[in-house]
Amino acid sequence: MSTISQRQPASLRVLIVGFLICWMLAAAFPFFWTLWGSFKVEGDFFSKANWANALLGVLTESETGNTFTGVAYEGAWVQEQFWRATLNTALVCLFVVTISLTLGTLGGYALSRSNERYTFWLLIIALIFRAMPPITLVSGYLPVFFQWNLWGHLPTAIIVLVAINQPFTLWMLHSFFKNIPQDLDESAMVDGCNRFQAFRRVIIPVMWPGVITTGLFSFLLAYNDFAVTAMILSKENQTMVPKIASFLGTTQTKGNVMFAVASVVSVTAPLFMLIMFFQRQIVSGLTAGAVKG
Amino acid sequence: MKHQTFFWFVLPSVLVMLLFIAFPIVSVVLQSLHAEHEQVIVVVENCGPFGCTQSAKIDTEATEALRAAKPLGRWVGPNTYFDRGHLALNEVVAEWQSADTLGKFFSRLINLPFYKAMFFTLTYTFIVTPLTLLFGFSIAVAVNSASKLLRGPLIFFTLLPMIVTPLVGSLILFWMIDARGIIGAMLQWAADNPNLSVKASTPLMWIMLMVYGVWHSAPFAFIVYYAGLQTVNKEILEAAVVDGASRWERIRYVVLPHLLPLTTFIALIQLMDNFRVFEPIVSFSAAAHATSLSWAIYNDLGGETRQLSSAAATSVLTIIGISILLSPVLVRTWRDFSRK
Repeated sequence: MSTISQRQPASLRVLIVGFLICWMLAAAFPFFWTLWGSFKVEGDFFSKANWANALLGVLTESETGNTFTGVAYEGAWVQEQFWRATLNTALVCLFVVTISLTLGTLGGYALSRSNERYTFWLLIIALIFRAMPPITLVSGYLPVFFQWNLWGHLPTAIIVLVAINQPFTLWMLHSFFKNIPQDLDESAMVDGCNRFQAFRRVIIPVMWPGVITTGLFSFLLAYNDFAVTAMILSKENQTMVPKIASFLGTTQTKGNVMFAVASVVSVTAPLFMLIMFFQRQIVSGLTAGAVKG
Repeated sequence: MKHQTFFWFVLPSVLVMLLFIAFPIVSVVLQSLHAEHEQVIVVVENCGPFGCTQSAKIDTEATEALRAAKPLGRWVGPNTYFDRGHLALNEVVAEWQSADTLGKFFSRLINLPFYKAMFFTLTYTFIVTPLTLLFGFSIAVAVNSASKLLRGPLIFFTLLPMIVTPLVGSLILFWMIDARGIIGAMLQWAADNPNLSVKASTPLMWIMLMVYGVWHSAPFAFIVYYAGLQTVNKEILEAAVVDGASRWERIRYVVLPHLLPLTTFIALIQLMDNFRVFEPIVSFSAAAHATSLSWAIYNDLGGETRQLSSAAATSVLTIIGISILLSPVLVRTWRDFSRK
């Protein structure tokens, strides 16, 4: 239903449509371009002669006999054992999400049901922790981890990521639990439940939408992290993102850019799926904190 | 909720944060006040048939023993903070005395590593944040006026740049703006200069880093604004039309005031996130042109020699920086809470 306030003159319409097309190009085109290019050889993806070679695959055809080639993927996944990094990332994400949510629901629930002064301070401290760049903590971890031989193992990375995740998880779940009416658990307590029983029997069954949304963001943090995992995981236990960085090469070693291109596409694919299935939860999660002010 | 129940509920969460955030901060501060042990040097006299020579030798055993006994290193107090890699007190004073104009002083100042990183981080934060707000708002208004059918796919693609791993997203852009990539080639064609290369030019590199920053965070501003636009009171808008308000006046006096609280929220989150700018510098290999505070810490920690003390000092300075940046927000939250 269109109302008078939504009516627009033609010139404005054209402007808006033009702007949207430009933005869609900017937002989506780079991903498709890289996906397409990942099936070419380096000489085409970075073409000195003509950028259109990346589309047509001239060198790819002369080198491999076909305009599409899976060489980059084979190199990354088989030769450089990218599957190992994928497995590590899967493990890290699984445990980070489960542990963060377990700790976060308990804490977030308590914070939403208490009006004491210390609740406020706890939330403010969590906000300050959230504001600190995670890498500032790494120089505090390293000496201790070296001393106690904790450095380089997956469980260490998991617990560190859980901790870094915790302030955000607390804030988000706190605001979700605020939206669940207090009468619900209080009436359960009148009926003879203690606090924990009320939480288990009454709150847990209704909290899943909020928990799933928060879980998505915990997952993204663990999946996307570079600064921390690059610093505290050994080469054998590397997750995907630091592994990609290692393909780029350093001043001492030559990297293989096409391996990086193939693994970049591999890392992006699950995220693509994630948005496709959970678009609504992501949107509601991003606005949950904001709409409450 | 009873104090005791509250305590047990929050205990696991607080414990994790205490062990892996609060203690490390203390550890970082301590670390920054120490420096690595110097190697123990012993003088050995070699006597042969042609007389004696003295030579200095590193006593590996004694060095190891010293390191094991005091793993933090030797106490140097705040010296690390004032050395050339950080606040560079001596250099700053020297520049101040030798430079005749303020501009000259400033341009020399930002050649010192810490000030260089600080300058880029702040410029990035204060340019990207407002642009993100503006851009996110424009996309939200545009999507909001699109037909209902189109909105789903529009939102899907808009979310992409934000959800994708920052290191990955910036790599994808970087490969395209490479002189041999599609955007790089188009820039060369547009500037009519076949040697134009983003990698070689500092201003272009800064611009590209900021373009990436806006590209990455505009979707977040978009989502929040878009949700806000759904809740604008339609009746007030209609009333404004009846009263003869132009399109611009409706946005200025009805929509914008409604979105103001959201703007504070986005700005707060963006300030925090832009201040930690790091991944694009790694993937653009931009370190020669632009460094950020997070990158400086990463650079100290990586590589063959882990310069823990130097990294720790930069970390402390970064934490102080973000606290100053956030202090207005914290003060306001405190006032709001006290009033309640």
